Amino acid sequence: MRLRLFTILALAVAVGLAVAASPYASSSPDGLERVAGDEGFADDGRLHAIQDDAPVPDYTFPGIEDSRPATALAGFVGTLLVFGLGYGLAALLRRRRPAPT
Amino acid sequence: MHIPDGFLSPEVAATTAAVTAGVLAYSLRRADAALDERRVPLVGVTGAFIFAAQMLNFPVAGGTSGHFMGAALAAILLGPWLACLVMAVVLATQAFVFADGGITALGANILNMGVIGALGVGAAMLAARHLLGRAGLRSRGLLLALAGIGAWTAVMAGAAATAFELSISGTVPLGTVLPAMLGVHVLIGVGEAVVTIAAVSAVLATRPDLIAVSDLRPEEIGRPAPGMVTP
Repeated sequence: MRLRLFTILALAVAVGLAVAASPYASSSPDGLERVAGDEGFADDGRLHAIQDDAPVPDYTFPGIEDSRPATALAGFVGTLLVFGLGYGLAALLRRRRPAPT
Repeated sequence: MHIPDGFLSPEVAATTAAVTAGVLAYSLRRADAALDERRVPLVGVTGAFIFAAQMLNFPVAGGTSGHFMGAALAAILLGPWLACLVMAVVLATQAFVFADGGITALGANILNMGVIGALGVGAAMLAARHLLGRAGLRSRGLLLALAGIGAWTAVMAGAAATAFELSISGTVPLGTVLPAMLGVHVLIGVGEAVVTIAAVSAVLATRPDLIAVSDLRPEEIGRPAPGMVTP
């Protein structure tokens, strides 16, 4: 399989999971949240001041009333954002490499 | 397993952040050796898949959920140094854009969910190559076993590290939090192993040359890539 096709297919799988499946993910507390609740330190947790302005708090895209499309859009944006950041970082690292002599 | 701000003492947050910063700085120096041209898009794709899969909380016993972590998968696909960097990208994006996981706790979260698993699985891959030689890692079964066991162990090690950090911070006694964290993550780790094996299998079936275990040529790992020209 050509690399470009592999990249597109794998990215499509990631975006598809984020958009189609994340709205139906379990909303139960995760492992650490559960332990924090059971052992009584959950209330110690708080958002950092700069997280008050987080663009997509709690994986819910703002301005969309229905929670499922809001989560799907958050997944779409986040998956593509991480792809772009990872690709960009790798491209920068590679460009920095000295040319073989 | 994302620690929010407020769970860790300033000392523990600063210490874990310093350790993580050191590992990431070293990873930046080591990573470009692993970066042949093929691997540039793979870094982006691996991060994107891990981010997406982390959103998919699956129910485990008793009203608790777990989600994919991804450190073992990243290490198998990208090698340990690029894996540390890609986990840092995922976790920093989650903290700053999605308010998931703390800002002062970001170093601890990258350590627990990224660095420990990535370096542990990386060390296991090196050990396997040392013990079995290059030929040993040509075995598809061995690679998938490494993926499954590595993924489960990475989750348990991350849960244990989280428990130690919480107890040193004075948030909760170790005797309480360590068995609780390990107990709940036994099953979450099984989910991690299933997803990691599935993802490694998919890459083995399509582009086995992208597996970072070694500098093997495509025909040397598992099935050869379809359409590949063999000499």
